[in-house]
Amino acid sequence: MFDNVWLIPLFPLLGFLINGLFGKKIKNETVIGGIGAFAVFCSFVVSVMTFLKLTGQPADARSIDVVIFTWIKSGNFVADAAFLIDPLSCIMLLVVTGVGFLIHIYSIGYMHGEEGFYRFFAYLNLFMFSMLLLVMGSNLLIMFIGWEGVGLCSYLLIGYYFHKKSAGDAGKKAFVMNRVGDFGFLLGLFTLYWYLGSQHGIWTIQFTELAKHAELLPVGGVVTLITLCFFVGATGKSAQIPLYTWLPDAMEGPTPVSALIHAATMVTAGVYMIGRMNFIFIKAPETMMVIAVIGGCTALFAATIGTAQNDIKRVLAYSTVSQLGYMFLAMGVGAFAAGIFHLMTHAFFKACLFLGSGAVIHSMHHALHKIHSHDDAQDMRNMGGLKSKMPLTYLTFLVATIAIAGIPGFAGFFSKDEILWQAFANPLHGNLNYLLWLFGAVAAGLTAFYMFRLVFMTFWGEFRINPKAKEHLHESPMVIVFPLIVLAFLSAVGGYIGLPKVIGELFGGIPNYFEHWLAPVFAFSEEYVKAGSHATAHHSAVLEWGLMGVSVAIAVFGIGVAFTMYVKNTELPARFTSTFPALHRAVFNKWYVDELYDFIFVNPCKAFGNFLWKGFDVLIVDGCVNGVASVVKGWSGAFRYTETGYVHNYAFVMAASTIAILGYYIFR
Amino acid sequence: MDYILSLITFIPLAGVLLLLVMPRNDTMQRYVALGVSLVAFIASISLICTFQTNANYQFVENIQWIKAGSFQMNYHIGIDGISLWLVILTTFMMPIAILSTFTAVEEKVKEYMICLLLLEVGMLGAFVSLDLFLFYIFWELMLIPMYFIIGIWGGKNRIYAAVKFFIFTMVGSLLMLIAIMYVYFKAGAGDFDITRFFNIGLDPATQTWLFLAFALAFAIKVPMFPFHTWLPDAHTEAPTAGSVILAAVLLKMGTYGFVRFAMPLFPDATAKFTPLIATLAVIGIIYAALVAMVQEDVKKLVAYSSVAHLGFVMLGVFALNQQGIAGGMLQMLNHGISTGALFLIVGFIYERRHTRLISDFGGLSKQMPIFATVFMIVTLSSIGLPGTNGFVGEFLILIGAFESELRWWTVIASSGVILSAVYMLWMFQRVMFGELSNPKNQVLKDLNAREIVIMAPLIFLIFFMGVYPTPFIDKMNPAIEKLITQTKQKQVAHLAGPNQAPTAPAIVPAVPDMSGHPVLPSGNTAGDQK
Repeated sequence: MFDNVWLIPLFPLLGFLINGLFGKKIKNETVIGGIGAFAVFCSFVVSVMTFLKLTGQPADARSIDVVIFTWIKSGNFVADAAFLIDPLSCIMLLVVTGVGFLIHIYSIGYMHGEEGFYRFFAYLNLFMFSMLLLVMGSNLLIMFIGWEGVGLCSYLLIGYYFHKKSAGDAGKKAFVMNRVGDFGFLLGLFTLYWYLGSQHGIWTIQFTELAKHAELLPVGGVVTLITLCFFVGATGKSAQIPLYTWLPDAMEGPTPVSALIHAATMVTAGVYMIGRMNFIFIKAPETMMVIAVIGGCTALFAATIGTAQNDIKRVLAYSTVSQLGYMFLAMGVGAFAAGIFHLMTHAFFKACLFLGSGAVIHSMHHALHKIHSHDDAQDMRNMGGLKSKMPLTYLTFLVATIAIAGIPGFAGFFSKDEILWQAFANPLHGNLNYLLWLFGAVAAGLTAFYMFRLVFMTFWGEFRINPKAKEHLHESPMVIVFPLIVLAFLSAVGGYIGLPKVIGELFGGIPNYFEHWLAPVFAFSEEYVKAGSHATAHHSAVLEWGLMGVSVAIAVFGIGVAFTMYVKNTELPARFTSTFPALHRAVFNKWYVDELYDFIFVNPCKAFGNFLWKGFDVLIVDGCVNGVASVVKGWSGAFRYTETGYVHNYAFVMAASTIAILGYYIFR
Repeated sequence: MDYILSLITFIPLAGVLLLLVMPRNDTMQRYVALGVSLVAFIASISLICTFQTNANYQFVENIQWIKAGSFQMNYHIGIDGISLWLVILTTFMMPIAILSTFTAVEEKVKEYMICLLLLEVGMLGAFVSLDLFLFYIFWELMLIPMYFIIGIWGGKNRIYAAVKFFIFTMVGSLLMLIAIMYVYFKAGAGDFDITRFFNIGLDPATQTWLFLAFALAFAIKVPMFPFHTWLPDAHTEAPTAGSVILAAVLLKMGTYGFVRFAMPLFPDATAKFTPLIATLAVIGIIYAALVAMVQEDVKKLVAYSSVAHLGFVMLGVFALNQQGIAGGMLQMLNHGISTGALFLIVGFIYERRHTRLISDFGGLSKQMPIFATVFMIVTLSSIGLPGTNGFVGEFLILIGAFESELRWWTVIASSGVILSAVYMLWMFQRVMFGELSNPKNQVLKDLNAREIVIMAPLIFLIFFMGVYPTPFIDKMNPAIEKLITQTKQKQVAHLAGPNQAPTAPAIVPAVPDMSGHPVLPSGNTAGDQK
């Protein structure tokens, strides 16, 4: 019944092959872009069909393994090329192919006239293929192929403008940091496989099998180790502390890439992976705590940096890091469904924001190019007033901003509020909950601040662009605006499928459809937590309403501050900067984390490599060899007449000696 | 076809004779050499088709060759699942290497081709020999043409490199020869059939010495840290075809030697030295990666990456379980393909620019898009990206080693996946990305048809083995199982006494279960964690 799911990754793979091999000859942008977008559209259609079919199944039968062929089999280790269709992977499929399709459409307009147009679409399709493998993989190894594959595409696409050194550097940084994470992923995989195998004779890496045997795993101990390893993988891929620094640099890639890979899909892989293996993570309370704390800290920390950036894409990048932090916070407090929910709404509004910023950059770039200006098209200090020139872009951008800021009624509100509530009310982390909630709430205020700062600096106020360039500013073509409208619409209404319980009850018991749909995936963890928390702390609805009010108030406050500083009283930011120069410099320079990493890891590594090469290899090993050689040379004066320099003489001596040795043994 | 193996092994020798009698005509001789190596390759394909998936030696030929008193030496050849793929690798890489020399070598073409074909005879012979003495003859035979290839057609420092190569290898081989003799006389009158030596039951102390002698010869060849310093020199100085063959096939002699001889002949010593060898392998992985990172010469960088890759192979092989050895075997093939391809790539740009310094390049992607794509694919395969061949081997090695007692070694070795990405991508970035600022680079031509033909089969295999490695693994599995049983059973037999426990080797004696997979006794591993 689900036999055709392999079509989902196949279409983008075909698109990749066609564009990659023949794109250069095709040349026609409409055909190339059309192939790329159509491939993803086909995947989207099959995903929707799969989703509908899955809804037709009874809730407890919604987990289907589709085996294609045996990939690796060696001894007790078996890895099939197989896909897992269940409610979680279905949600991801819809998000990835849906948002992916819109971004492909957008790219046709955005990348128009680029030299490597075909290359771009080939990579983009390859990315879709890898991402779909990651999401659909029915075992850890298929997931890992996708996991590394998206990393590769990220590398290729960040370095798309490879003639720029910064782009090449950023791509490499992304790949290497991801690899640090992959190292963790692999160790987690090995340990899990080895532990279940050697202790219980269950040699498997397949998710359904692992889930079936989840109760065999002990609480803590080795499971903590396993889950921490996997979490290291997640921090690499999803840009969490300490491996987040690659994501802001990744903005070197074209904007659709930032939207697709570095906001909506790939960077959420870590969250998805934890969701996929929630039954293991839930048994490691220490890991859960680490995840929650890292998530909360990242949410807050990245938000602070976001407040001081002037590059429009960098603000959004730090915002993404921060929002991913929310998702991990949710995972860490056991609110898996809430985390996935935020993953989805974030995909909508962040994709919309990135694409909107792309439209702005595109227009700015065009205008500046017309007057041969070298002003930075991405610097918000050169923008301002774009509202009147790009009304549709502005409107969609505003909707998405409201959504991310957490204003009631929009998608971001529902998902973020659910996370904050769960951070407060979960039974896992005791008193730490209040701190987690506080981190999340403050970050929410900062989010509202920097996002509205961005909107005000970009769209409001006076034109700061060169007046000559002003008249060249214009709204983007439909192919760019259309995806914006769809995404803005989803950012506005996408939250209603996951209404918080208190709100649902208010409106006559509307259930949380989203949570309900995912319930079978997280059932084990749910029950495990329930069984474990003896004092079922029952929080009152009043408290939930109250906290909701507080978080909304914080968001509104953040918007207010932004309004004051960037609309009403525009010299305030400068005054702030001159009052606290050190603080501003630290925040502006991203707290000097990159410099720190260079100092601790990069430079010593190079120095050590040099030392090993020139010190050990050349001096010690070769020194010994040469030393022996010279000693031999000293002794060999007497034998010099045998050194004829003819290899056949040597060969003769060798053969003769061999025979002599043989002869000795034979005839002794 | 009873003599198919001999036929394959000596087809190149026929080519040598043909070249000797031919009038001097460079173009013709190139094509003859290519043709001969292709015939050998096609003939070897028939081996895959008719190979039975079981643990026996197949295509066996056993003819008495030399007999003097009780001393007897047979022409005894045959292959099993382990050597099958190495034979194929050799015959496959040879035409590619020869084709790559068409424009690279313009002096003494005839002699060069003769050297290459002789080298092929030596390599094939070594892989098919089942007679220890015959193996030794072929092993030494390989040395001479390689010495000439480096010494005559090499770069500036070729004499130094060739002599270094010769001396390092020779020291190892002589010790091995003595060890071979010892084993032979210990076994008593008869031939040098290796299967005969498997059952002579040497005491552990003797094994130690013999193992060390063999291991040194093989470790130099692999090369394992700290015997690796001849390799970067040999690689940098050797002409492209020489580097390709050296990396793709010759280094495998070392790892193959461990699998075929050192481990089954001396099971106790193997167990005893496993921690040491694993340590050296892991040091090699990390060390070579760090050194590779700071290289200024592309070819030297690739050479050091070889050391790291073969460290993985050694780790897998000494895990002594199904996954580890299968991974190690696969990685030998993968390394042959990927690193061979990397050396070809370095050769391509060297032919164009006559420099290999990374700093002389930059921005080539713009000028050479096909080259860039090929280079990228090979780089990724060398990094071990999933979907390429490199991943399957590396993964099986790591998971195999993790299951064995080499767990902590594996943890460190796994960090090699980070380092390999660092040095390869950094090199790639500096060579291919950035501004195309050097005017000499602005006129570079992209790959020509011949070069694409050279790379195409390699690229195909990179993906094929990455996506569908099953046929390779399936064919080698029975032989690996047999090797494990051979080695481990004897360890079990020897270690039965309780007094052995304190000095017990790192490998837990395994009891093969019904399916033949080694299962670790759970009591032994339970307390190990945490």
